[in-house]
Amino acid sequence: MSKEKSFSFEQSMARLEEIVKLLEKGDAPLDSLLELYEEGTELIRKCSKALDSAEQKVTKLARNESGEIEQVPFAAEE
Amino acid sequence: MKNESRILGVGELNALVKALVDSEPLLSSVLVRGELSNYKIYPSGHHYFTLKDADSSLRCVMFRREAAKLRFRPENGMKVIAGGRVSVYPRDGAYQLYCSEINPDGLGNLYLAFEQLKEKLLGEGLFAQETKKPLPKYPERIAVVTSPAGAAVRDIIRVLGARWPLAEVILLPVRVQGAEAPREICAALRYADAKLDADLIITGRGGGSAEDLWAFNDENVARAIFACKTPVISAVGHEPDVTISDFVADLRAATPSNAAELAVPDREEIYSFIEAADKRIRGAALSYLKAKRQRLEMLSKRRVMEMPSAYIDDKRLRLDRLQGMLAHAAVQSLHGSREKFAAAAAALDALSPLKVLARGYSLVSGENGKIISSARSVRAGEKINVTLSKGSLECTVDERKLK
Repeated sequence: MSKEKSFSFEQSMARLEEIVKLLEKGDAPLDSLLELYEEGTELIRKCSKALDSAEQKVTKLARNESGEIEQVPFAAEE
Repeated sequence: MKNESRILGVGELNALVKALVDSEPLLSSVLVRGELSNYKIYPSGHHYFTLKDADSSLRCVMFRREAAKLRFRPENGMKVIAGGRVSVYPRDGAYQLYCSEINPDGLGNLYLAFEQLKEKLLGEGLFAQETKKPLPKYPERIAVVTSPAGAAVRDIIRVLGARWPLAEVILLPVRVQGAEAPREICAALRYADAKLDADLIITGRGGGSAEDLWAFNDENVARAIFACKTPVISAVGHEPDVTISDFVADLRAATPSNAAELAVPDREEIYSFIEAADKRIRGAALSYLKAKRQRLEMLSKRRVMEMPSAYIDDKRLRLDRLQGMLAHAAVQSLHGSREKFAAAAAALDALSPLKVLARGYSLVSGENGKIISSARSVRAGEKINVTLSKGSLECTVDERKLK
């Protein structure tokens, strides 16, 4: 049950904060400024997409007939 | 009124009685069983009430500082055991119980067990702040150890979904009350910690009586929470309920919904942050470029860039001036040389044989053109040439006079 690590919201946000600080410091050479700017806008795009497309996934652990633990969808009764 | 000297003022008497009561060791720490009545919480935060039994009543006060530690909501009619000291309030001349604690009667043994376990685990360092793990900022997977039925799990899932749907929720259904509850909670905590790769564990239950919440005062549950490598939020009952789990957990939430609020960021806030970051990045890039452009403009405004010919003219003027200086120096130098030459030429002129001839001397040379300066150099009869200042003479030697 390991998570997909292709995109980490936490790392993206940390990097985004870093880029904002670096750019606001304003002493980067022009080349790296452009790189940072592009990286920053890409992170913004990815994070926004993750937020937009997120749908809560809820499962519960249950034992199947053979006694093994498995994840099954769970909906709390209202 | 036989003895006027024994008459006291009211305040004096009250002070005397107070001193007497305060000096009685039995009254400095008492436990009183009774029923709460006339319970009032003043805006000051102090609690005032009366303890009653079948035919007596006792005025009681609990100050704000102690009242804040109450683990239940006192209500009129509730049977309690109040602990504190007895003293006199001199203004009213009434004695009262100054409460330091109130516990529901009938749970005496449970509270004793609670206090003893709390002391023990505190002593072992299970509540130490430095052992508390930081919570993840953006949890990706949250394990919830609670009952699959009831308001608690519903509240947790609802709040998590509303705030941060990015987090996957895995429920580990357990019984949260009854004799089996502690064992199930412990097993679920261990499983969640070891097998689920969760960033965070929430465990707890909704409100209930002190007995209902008791599984979260279990020593094994406390130790299982402490053993988790994953951060744990404890959310048991309502705001005033405090359990051992709350002390051991990395964070105590007042209620299950509160646990969900503490567990995840709010999507709206993160949206705002991202929007702000977008603006800041654009702003920073623009002001960076603006600064570079300004510098460029500043440089190009310098004289050399704006009027290169003027700059060159300047250089040319300087060059001209230098040339002038050089020419002057050369003339000076040449002039000096000429004077020296004239002097030298004059000196040379003075030595010229022609000048000597002009003074009347003559120059004699032989037929071979050699200058004759001795009579021995010629013989008689030999032809010689005599050069005068003007013209010359061809002569023949008649006689030599040797000296």
